[in-house]
Amino acid sequence: MNGRGRRTAERLVAAAFALTVLAAVSFAAVYVLGNQTQLLGLALCLAFAGLAAGFAVWAARLLPQGPYVEEREAMISPPEARRAFTAELDADQEPVVRAALPRRMLMLALGTLGVALVFPIRSLLFHGPTPWRALRRTAWRDGVRLVNADGAPLRPSDIALGGIVTAFPEGRLKDDHAMTVLLRVNPARLALPRGRKAWTVDGVVAYSKICTHAGCPVALYVQTAEQLVCPCHQSVFDVLKGASPVAGPAARSLPQLPIGVNAEGVLVARGDFPTPVGPGYWRSA
Amino acid sequence: MITRWAVRRVLLWLDGRVRIASVTRKTLAKVFPDHWTFMLGEIALYSFVSLVATGVFLTLFFEPSPAETVYTGAYGPMRGVRASAAYASAVTLSWDVRAGLLMRQTHHWSALVFLSAIVAHLSRIFLTGAFRKPREINWVIGLTMFLLGIATGFAGYSVPDDLLSGTGLRIAAATLLSVPVVGPWAAFLLFGGGFPGTSIIPRLYILHVLLLPGAIAALIGAHLAILIRQKHTHFPGPGRTQDNVVGSKMWPTYGFRSLALMCAVFAVTFGLGGLVQINPVWVWGPFRPSGATSPAQPDWFLAWVEGALRLYPPYEFRIFGYLVPAPFVPGVVMPALTFLVLYLWPWLDRRLTRGRGRHQVLDRPRDSPARVAAWAWGASFYGLLLLASSDDVVARYFQIPVFGIVRTMRIVVLVVPVAIGAVAYVLARALREDPEATLLDLRWRRIAAVIRRRPPDVEGGERRAAGAERPAASGEEGAGA
Repeated sequence: MNGRGRRTAERLVAAAFALTVLAAVSFAAVYVLGNQTQLLGLALCLAFAGLAAGFAVWAARLLPQGPYVEEREAMISPPEARRAFTAELDADQEPVVRAALPRRMLMLALGTLGVALVFPIRSLLFHGPTPWRALRRTAWRDGVRLVNADGAPLRPSDIALGGIVTAFPEGRLKDDHAMTVLLRVNPARLALPRGRKAWTVDGVVAYSKICTHAGCPVALYVQTAEQLVCPCHQSVFDVLKGASPVAGPAARSLPQLPIGVNAEGVLVARGDFPTPVGPGYWRSA
Repeated sequence: MITRWAVRRVLLWLDGRVRIASVTRKTLAKVFPDHWTFMLGEIALYSFVSLVATGVFLTLFFEPSPAETVYTGAYGPMRGVRASAAYASAVTLSWDVRAGLLMRQTHHWSALVFLSAIVAHLSRIFLTGAFRKPREINWVIGLTMFLLGIATGFAGYSVPDDLLSGTGLRIAAATLLSVPVVGPWAAFLLFGGGFPGTSIIPRLYILHVLLLPGAIAALIGAHLAILIRQKHTHFPGPGRTQDNVVGSKMWPTYGFRSLALMCAVFAVTFGLGGLVQINPVWVWGPFRPSGATSPAQPDWFLAWVEGALRLYPPYEFRIFGYLVPAPFVPGVVMPALTFLVLYLWPWLDRRLTRGRGRHQVLDRPRDSPARVAAWAWGASFYGLLLLASSDDVVARYFQIPVFGIVRTMRIVVLVVPVAIGAVAYVLARALREDPEATLLDLRWRRIAAVIRRRPPDVEGGERRAAGAERPAASGEEGAGA
């Protein structure tokens, strides 16, 4: 490179690094003055951009360009070296272990130890019921009161026509698994599966709020169509027909909770959901 | 000059104790081939550095605890809200810790850049046949880092315990639950019980800050050690053979260029982190069982699985009377098959191309139209799945019913990638016949010739014919084992 081009390149590099100096000082100043995320980010961006530009110009204009050629050695040893290597492994044709018994016992020992060391994985589930038992049932039992997210008992009148209320079993406000939606529809329009007429109270129906597809809370109620919609994958359930899936990837209905009213006029469960709630799993029922 | 003197003193001091002169000299003189696509992996490496640097900062403020607390920080709308310590500390480090939001956003952006760079790097390796013998090990290590990177990313955006990530965790739990036989136990062991439980946040945290990045760091070491041992591949060209490497020396030119790239990556990640908002957890609100955000999309590196979950029809079946639920095929089988095929690709490719020798000179993409077609199919298939993960957003934006989109996309993801793969195959074939041409030089006549007339010399001995034009590309090194 001639002297003039070189000087230009040197000035460019210096200018780029000067940008870094300025940006670094600004970063420190912005930091001292307050927490301004955009300015902090911009300052660091410019500081590193200055370094990048400086190094790039330096590499492209001021350093030897080559091309250089380097020999590449074969990624395999010469045949005699490979033979010598295997001979060394075989300890000069003298097997490391002559008898089979110690060798087999070692394999057995390592195998058993390996299996034994898998056992502590079970500790990851250190309290609570085993999966199939926990998944099959929820906390709902006959007579358990339905409460809202704040813990207040729910009466049929709390659910307006076209309204949607999320209910939990009393005393279990964090029980994701038992989460239920209450909806009020025109009782005459209900077309529930056979034998479920008594599971409702004046057009108030209760379904599991956990989508049977991937377990999201079925939180959207399209009142005009009387459909529940899951916000995650847009599964749609027909509220009038026992929350059977009508669109989207869900293949099973939302289980319905049998409900009634106790002597105080408060909504209560009349038992657990008839089928397991939530996303599917390896089960025979 | 003082630096130069000091560095020299230190190195000579070391040489007087561990004899490093000749090995260091060799390393400094190491030749690295020049091509811009050889820098893609470095972008991943440097964004990993950015991830570790910003991540360490975050660990000093984030509390991975599900214990309930009341937020009392600077963000007004959230003041007095009961939330987990994890969520409250994530909001605190965004609003109260000076430069905390910059670090958090830069961390998240770096993760997106990291995984994007991995995919770009993987594509380059795939299209140029760089995975072939002797580089199968690095292909497998690279894929494993890709998988670990996805897992780390998922664990990372799940730990703030906000409503959006809680929704993601639900879907992950349901997907795990769907695995036949072992699914329920796997999910319950991971979560320490049913969803959500109180164990998952601390467990994801230790995975996110120690186990997964530790594994990635170890694999980066192995990846680079093998790269240095085997020396980098180069593209065919005058003077470039199976037995040499042509390019720049590690010191100083290549080193400076690489430093420039590192600083450029940092400029991008900090620039994005400062100027472009990402995952504002204070907007989503804390996780609560009954809520879900809508629309809800995962980060892009998992959105393809989410897209598949959305498009898969409501179809469940039974094996021996046991239920296999809908998320199993799109959420478990599809990703597992994807990675299985990727892991086995070097060996599948060997069967297809019968290229069993050691390859130090790369193919140009056009040299293997079948590979180009496979890549184009994959890019469009997974790209369309990614698009499908936003079907609700698309529906809202264009005011069209979401189910119309779903029905259309179900067919589109199966048909369009095949069509794109076929087009890519034809274009690669047309380009192969003229090594000088670029895509823009292609004329319809040449493409039509590929489609209609199949010249006999291209039919059977196509690889030999292609190799004969450039002897450097087809020579094989050594005799083979």
